[in-house]
Amino acid sequence: MTAEAPGHTPEHHDGEHHTSTGLSNEKLAMWVFLGSECLLFGGLISTYMFNKGRIGPNDVGPEDVFDIPFTSVSSFVLLMSSLTMVFAVSSIARGDLRGNRIWLATTAALGATFVAGQVYEFTAFYSEGLGFTTNLFGSAFYALTGFHGAHVTIGIIMLMSLLVMSMRGNLGPERAETVEIIGLYWHFVDIVWIVIFTIVYLFPQ
Amino acid sequence: MATVTPDSPDTAHAPDEHASGGRHAHPSNWLYVKVAIYLALLTAFEVFTYFETVHGWGDTTIIVMLIIMMLLKFFLVVAFFMHLKFDHPIFWRLFVFGLILAMAVYMVMLTAFRIW
Repeated sequence: MTAEAPGHTPEHHDGEHHTSTGLSNEKLAMWVFLGSECLLFGGLISTYMFNKGRIGPNDVGPEDVFDIPFTSVSSFVLLMSSLTMVFAVSSIARGDLRGNRIWLATTAALGATFVAGQVYEFTAFYSEGLGFTTNLFGSAFYALTGFHGAHVTIGIIMLMSLLVMSMRGNLGPERAETVEIIGLYWHFVDIVWIVIFTIVYLFPQ
Repeated sequence: MATVTPDSPDTAHAPDEHASGGRHAHPSNWLYVKVAIYLALLTAFEVFTYFETVHGWGDTTIIVMLIIMMLLKFFLVVAFFMHLKFDHPIFWRLFVFGLILAMAVYMVMLTAFRIW
């Protein structure tokens, strides 16, 4: 094991990594993690599809509570946060630390806007009579979108951590891969929402 | 549409540019903006299909259109924003393996429960 300078990823200056595969272990681990996350969200989406029609004649159903224009705006906000995240990755790769901080903060703000929208949506649905235990549709809906919202929240915490690291001078161009790996997680959260928005909200009920 | 360096906005991506060590050239910001515009347009059209249902498009037609647009958006984000188009192929294989495994498992599950 070789000693590395503080704040440096274990790689050669030409981009080669000191690993048996020649690839970054951290990045490889993130891709394996994201592959396994497909199974988690696949399970939640399948459960929703199975249960969405299981409501009583007088129960609250999807068509009673969904506000498509509002959710469309939320989706657009999350989609655009992927653009700002990719700007954060490219700016740190160029050595533009100020730009990196601006784009990280913008991405976190857009993510927080999305989560705030989800909290508002849940509150509105609850006031219209759809609780977690109201029916199987409600349970499956809250479990799926709640898990996604938790993922977005974790992503925001990671982005804010990067921002604090950057402000303290611990996030320079030599750690661009750290930002890229957090970016991969953020984009994954975005693609999961692309699927949820289509299947849960837009599919004819 | 592939662009691999900030200085050459529309340079075609060569296969040997999968950089060693999982590092890759970063596409230009303009390419990312173009991808975001496509994503926004696809989202707008998806939402349009929701309101178009009142004009009598069949459910099957709408579901097929939505699935196609969802897959396009998914591919655009994974290929360009997540850099899989420019990165080492093993990352692509790892992710697709998980994705296909998940789809296969849950398609079997939903079929077993006769949801179709």
